[in-house]
Amino acid sequence: MRNLKTFIEDFGWPRIIIFLFLILLFIMAPFVRVRLDASISDVLNRFGQNAIMVLAMVPMIQSGCGLNFGLALGIVAGLLGATLSLQLQLHGILGFLGAIALASPFSLVFGWFYAKLLNKVKGEEMTIAMYVGFSFIMFMCIMWLILPYNNPTMVWGYAGKGLRTTITVEGYWLKILNNFLAIKIGQFFVFPTGLLLFVGLFAFLMWLFLRSKTGTAMTAVGSNPDFARASGVNVDKMRTISIIMSTFLGAVGIIVYEQSFGFIQLYTAPSPMVFPAVAAILIGGASINKASMVNVLVGTILFQGLLTMTPSVINSLLQTDMSEVIRIIVSNGMILYALTRKIKVSK
Amino acid sequence: MANGSPLLSIQHVSKDFYGNVVLHDVSFDLHEGEILGLVGENGAGKTTLMRILFGMPVIAETGGFQGSVIIGGSEVHFSSPFDALDAGLGMVHQEFSLIPGFTTTENIVLNRESMRPSILNDVFGDRMSILLRDKMRERAEKAISKLGVELDPDMLVSEMPVGHKQFTEIAREIDREQTRILILDEPTAVLTESEAEVLLQTLKRLASEGIAIIFISHRLQEVLAIANRIVVLRDGQVVKDTPNENVSMRDIASWMVGRSLGETGARSEGRKFTDIALKVQHLWVDMPGETVRDVSFDVHKGEIFGIGGLAGQGKLGIPNGIMGLFPAGGEVILEGNTVPLNSPAKALAMGMGFVSEDRRGVGLLLDESLEWNIAFTAMQIHRQYLKKVLGGLFSQRDERAMEELSKEYVSLLDIKCTSTKQKAKELSGGNQQKICLAKAFAIKPSILFVSEPTRGIDVGAKKLVLDTLHHYNRDFGTTIVMVSSELEELRSICDRIAIVDEGRIAGILPPTADISEFGLLMSGAAMEAVNA
Repeated sequence: MRNLKTFIEDFGWPRIIIFLFLILLFIMAPFVRVRLDASISDVLNRFGQNAIMVLAMVPMIQSGCGLNFGLALGIVAGLLGATLSLQLQLHGILGFLGAIALASPFSLVFGWFYAKLLNKVKGEEMTIAMYVGFSFIMFMCIMWLILPYNNPTMVWGYAGKGLRTTITVEGYWLKILNNFLAIKIGQFFVFPTGLLLFVGLFAFLMWLFLRSKTGTAMTAVGSNPDFARASGVNVDKMRTISIIMSTFLGAVGIIVYEQSFGFIQLYTAPSPMVFPAVAAILIGGASINKASMVNVLVGTILFQGLLTMTPSVINSLLQTDMSEVIRIIVSNGMILYALTRKIKVSK
Repeated sequence: MANGSPLLSIQHVSKDFYGNVVLHDVSFDLHEGEILGLVGENGAGKTTLMRILFGMPVIAETGGFQGSVIIGGSEVHFSSPFDALDAGLGMVHQEFSLIPGFTTTENIVLNRESMRPSILNDVFGDRMSILLRDKMRERAEKAISKLGVELDPDMLVSEMPVGHKQFTEIAREIDREQTRILILDEPTAVLTESEAEVLLQTLKRLASEGIAIIFISHRLQEVLAIANRIVVLRDGQVVKDTPNENVSMRDIASWMVGRSLGETGARSEGRKFTDIALKVQHLWVDMPGETVRDVSFDVHKGEIFGIGGLAGQGKLGIPNGIMGLFPAGGEVILEGNTVPLNSPAKALAMGMGFVSEDRRGVGLLLDESLEWNIAFTAMQIHRQYLKKVLGGLFSQRDERAMEELSKEYVSLLDIKCTSTKQKAKELSGGNQQKICLAKAFAIKPSILFVSEPTRGIDVGAKKLVLDTLHHYNRDFGTTIVMVSSELEELRSICDRIAIVDEGRIAGILPPTADISEFGLLMSGAAMEAVNA
């Protein structure tokens, strides 16, 4: 009984409630004629699509910069990489890795300037980051129109210039990870092996990094910057590294998302990508200055599971479209909950 | 001057905070027009006594006090500072409680403004009254002239020199017609010498008009200059209540710091040292509240060097500056090599260790395990407790080595914990302090700075901490620079003790020196004055 109590305390009520709700949705699914195997396949797919963007939250949380509400910077870097890869006519795995490689310098530069800014506003990172993200997306709305892209699959047909809002990656690197070693069972179930392996690789690298000397110093900076400074750690440098890492992971995350989803979405599309990633890691049990790989995995599964199951199950049940409403309530509610927990950080 | 019944009488006042006695059976009287000099070391109970007098809520919250306070012949029970103000007490705080964006006049008459009702009063009450600025200015000018100083009634407080701020505070208390008793807590601490002189003249003038004054200061020459009577508090007791006649600074100093004999621990055995380990030349440190102005001293190899002095005089700034935690300048030479200032990493790499006075703020990672706390600095500075992976391609934390190290220190320093995986915030203060020591020892420093190592820990833990320092000094030859507010503690362990006053070293004494000498140095009397 006591074990159960400590387990519940460790795991946290919000996670348990969401977990039970998710189970309930799975149980109800067959009764409203939603196929279970297709649902599970869907959840796995969406987990893989989003996990790296959730992972991108980890470095900045660990270094005490809070939740990366400016993830849009990384996403934009990823979009630049993806569009450049299409512009250069890179196909297949080369196209996918090329997109990541092309996105890297952008994420480095964006991350560096972003870090410069956040190091000047210690304690207010999250608010500032959010506005950095918003304004940068708007700035890029102009850039997408005037950058000299000319691949016919990407530009507006009537003008011959300016990128379209949605660009398909079909014929380039569509589902390049999803289909790698994919296991197909029956008509509806596909296990996206390559996608999950790729996510696993990044999570493992992050795990290794957090156990290195630099990773340890980064965690100490997040835990108590004054202690870290007194121990000879360059606090600003650690924060800069974490912010660049976070931005880079955001770029990789969106490219992974695109290859699975099938489209590069430009203009204001990065905006609604940020909050779900923030909400997912919080659902996973991270606080604003402590996050682990378990938080990332559990959080992404729970959040994406909820997102996949509510439209199909609840909509069939209520005969109405509630999915978007539920998604917004859950993700914003979770952020709100986690931010009020801020006080519990001992100083 | 003392005649008739006392204006204020404090009788048998005792107060403890959760069993920790801060005031014990304190009694004294204050007469009309008398200036009473109240002196005592930090922690002697002066502030607590003033809080009781003023009915501060913190006193009631911590269980009230014993004894009684009698004003004008009748016992009073203040439940808030407002009651105290109504009863005629005025307080001038050490830190200015003025509103920077308001003028002198506005500050002086704050919350007692001269007003006339407006039509809005019927609906909204007094808050909507109209201020009579002429009347307010008149009152302010009257209060200022009573002080006998020049103050511009229309100047903004934010633009004033500190001295004027202090006078504005006093003027505010005087403007209250019923003010009969004025309490000044270290009023001269922030003033220049000439400003302090004017203030003292003003106080004398006020006293001659019948206002009784309690003057708290650690500058003994000022107390001697204006007080009619001197009350010395030590460890919560009145050790001396004497008229200011034939009293010398040396007397007061020894009453202040002197403890009954036999209490002091083992004295230094008069060890001799030759080699110089650390040479500090003209060090300045910009640490808020602990500014170091110009400090030079040498520390010998193998000795325990003590730095003492009253709070706020700059003793804490010295180790913090040398270790690069606050902006500093000057020259620090460790065994012939110049120490780069303003870089904690370089200071640590040169073999200097530091135990911060701010245990919870700087000393510990409260949310991490003891292993992290103890091994972290050694890992970052000396790349220890890391293991190579894949033939040195990259390295990972060696958790096993960290655990072994922590276990070693847990048993060595007798740290009470459930395991080395326990979080630092779960330990008691004394054990947390030992973790801080373990962290510093783990980098194997050749010279160790410890700042207030016994602050806020119980007696048993204090002894253990001091014994540990002694042990490391004697058995491993670690040179130790110990900064502490507790003089007795310094005298029990140090080979030499420097006393810091106003950001400068007032003097360096052997621990066997007479206690009054320490007291004099702390009270801002220069060495020449002592010898004179």
